[in-house]
This record gives sequence, C-alpha cells and structure tokens, in this order.
Amino acid sequence: MNRLLLLLCTLCLALPLHAADALPGDSVYQLPVTLTDQAGHAAPLAARRGQPQLVSMFYASCTMVCPMIIETMKATRHAAGDPAALKLLAVSFDPARDSVARLADYAGRHQLDPRWWTLARAEPAEVRPLAALLGVQYRQLPDGDFNHSSVLLLLDADGRVVARSTIIGRTDPDFVAAVRRLAGGRP
Amino acid sequence: MRRRAIAAALLALAVACATASAAEYVPMPGGRFASVLPADGKTAPAQVAPFALRTEPVTNAEFLAFVRRHPAWRRDRVPTVFADGRYLSQWAGPDTLGADALPAQPVTRVSWFAAQAYCASEHARLPSWYEWEMAAAADATRADARSDPAWRERVLDWYSRPSGHALPAIGGPPDLHGVRDLNGLVWEWVDDFNALLVGSDSRDQDGADKLKFCGAGAISMEQKENYATLMRIAMLSSLKATDTTANLGFRCARPIGETP
Repeated sequence: MNRLLLLLCTLCLALPLHAADALPGDSVYQLPVTLTDQAGHAAPLAARRGQPQLVSMFYASCTMVCPMIIETMKATRHAAGDPAALKLLAVSFDPARDSVARLADYAGRHQLDPRWWTLARAEPAEVRPLAALLGVQYRQLPDGDFNHSSVLLLLDADGRVVARSTIIGRTDPDFVAAVRRLAGGRP
Repeated sequence: MRRRAIAAALLALAVACATASAAEYVPMPGGRFASVLPADGKTAPAQVAPFALRTEPVTNAEFLAFVRRHPAWRRDRVPTVFADGRYLSQWAGPDTLGADALPAQPVTRVSWFAAQAYCASEHARLPSWYEWEMAAAADATRADARSDPAWRERVLDWYSRPSGHALPAIGGPPDLHGVRDLNGLVWEWVDDFNALLVGSDSRDQDGADKLKFCGAGAISMEQKENYATLMRIAMLSSLKATDTTANLGFRCARPIGETP
C-alpha cells in the first residue's frame, strides 16, 4: 500500500516535468504541417524539435535569388563553424512544381549534404500558413514564377525564432553570431 | 427505449448539423477582373475562378460556437504563434461574450490563423484578395460599380467614420449577388493578405535591399482613382498573421459546388 502511495507521489512529481516538455506557445512547431523531404519521407514539422534549425523558403525553378538563399544558408553554417547540431531546412512554396524528385535533383545539383540539409514540400493548403508563421511573403505570378521575400530564420531546439536575417548573398555577422551562440560551432 | 434514445441522438445530431451549416454561401461568377493590383505587376487583369462566398461576416455568436467546439482556440489557450495578446479580448471571458460583444456583431480581434481555422471548420477557406476585391466591387444592381463615384463615396465615407463606436450588427443591404457588409462594417482578412505588395521590384536599386525580393514583376498600381481599395491593401499588407484589431473580422469562401 505504501509502495503504491509512493508510486502515486512519484507520478505526481513527474507531472510538472512532463508539462515542461509541452511545446512553448511561441514555438513554430505548434503548426500541424506535414513536410515531405527530398527522399520522400513525410513527417510533421514538429518532428524537427530537439535540434537548432536554420530555416528558409524557396522554390526550385527560381533562378535569381533562391539559389542565393541556399548558398547563404550554406555560408552561414560554415561561418558559424559548421556546428554539428545545426540542421538546415528549406521549404518550397511551389508545391505544384516542386515534387520530391525535383527537390532531390535540386539537392544533388547544389551538393546539399543530406546529413544536415532538408529540402521539403508541403501540401498546397499548408504552404500559406507556414509562410505566415515564418514571416515569408510570396505571391504567384501568372507565368508561374513567384515574387517573394527572402528571410533566414534561426530556431532553437523548441522551435522558437531566435534570430532572423534578410541579408542574402553574403553572411550577416549578427546572424552568424546568433547561430554560433545557439548551436555552438567551432570558433 | 433504445430506439427512442437513438432517435433523440439523431435529432440532436441534426440540430447540431443545422447550427453548424447555418452560414449561407452564394455562388460568385468569377471571370476577368481589373484589379487595382495587376496580376503580373503591370497591366494583366486577374483571373478569378467561380467560387462561393459567405453572405455575411462571421459573428461573435458563430465564433463563440467554434471556440466551444475547438477549445484550442480559446483566448486563454491559443499559442502565441497563432494570435497576439489582444485576441478576443473584447469578450467577457474565454467562452462568454458579455455586454461588449453582442452575438450578431461581426467578430473582430481575430488573427489570420484563427480566421483560417474557423473557415476550415465550415469546410471553407479565406477568400483570396482578388475574390474579395471582385465581390466588393458590386453594388445592388451592378457586378462592378467601381466607376460610379457614389460607390467610392460610400466606401470612403465608412473609412472616415470614427472607430470608437460600437460595431453595428451584420445584415446590411444585400448586393447584386446577395452578399452583405463587404464595405462599411469591418475590415476583413484575406488568405493572401501578406502577399499583396511583395512585388515591388527592387532589382534596379542598389544596396542591401537589392535582393530582398526575388521576382519578375513590379507592382504598379492600376486605377489610381480607386484609392479606397488601395487603402485597404495598405492596411492588409501592414499586418502580421498573428495581429488582431478591433475593426478586423473575416468571412469565408469555398470553391464552387463544394458543400460540406
């Protein structure tokens, strides 16, 4: 009987700990969106919880700024000392054209290491909420191209936005410093 | 006895369904539309597919029913990534309206995320800007009354009304399509609210802003005399998806022919 009480008490004590595991209200992982990566694996966005993330949005047929977004993400990771814990995620806002095969092809052409790189697509109805959450603006033109803003976001392990940069084409020193502080890359 | 219980359950279900689908949607023809925002950023008209539009904005009573069915959207539970601190703050409590929020008034202080979730619960979505703009161009007799100075005056007259007053109830006069309150009651969210002014082509500018926007089109505003509409675009573009304001509500739209 005593043992049972003890067990119950342990359970009660464990409950607040469990509550600490609950997702913070300011976490982007609150959004129930499913991402499919360049290898065809589908998983909730929230499955990325646990490691810091560098996140942006792009589309594969963009020839102007989007390749520079990807290159800037690469350069940021490198400038921060290639932190092993840091994951890189770029989500397409062109699900109609960016199939899994197309994402895989893009990852290959840009030599994106699958150990830390994820290119992903979401269902069309889920793209606008994701973009709204990340503060990315996009608008499709009649010819199928997009006008869009370019933003890099740094998320902590719980999906909170820690830093944001709109500098594309070169690394943003403040943003790199934030990545280094969070993900602990080599100096 | 059991049969009576089943019958009662069925009746309850029927009542619940009737309440849930009380919102009325009317078909909108779509077509080519000279938007103040050209589709290609130059002069191309917008192409709007036929759709169905909610005849009235969503009311406090309707949103309260939604919040009771989906408590995750209560103001004391909603995650801060989905709504700011003033979300539904005009209500007396998280699931009560109180004296400052009458059932038939349009619901305001709702974020884009909350509006979207509500529309999904009606098997609908938020209208796109083009759908909204096209619908709002109508008056009682014409699908596009924008060239009539009286139409413009009516819209601008509403803008100049002080916003401190209590919101009127929904149920203004119907337009040609049977839609009410598009102009003159509250501002309304649209699905692509944050995409309207993305097109400013900054490629020919120097400096760090040069690459802020990727894209081919420059937005040149068409029909500059329609500054009433342009004001609305400027207001929508200034919002974040978590923002809530005392004069911003919403209505929903559906692809044509789709009923829940």
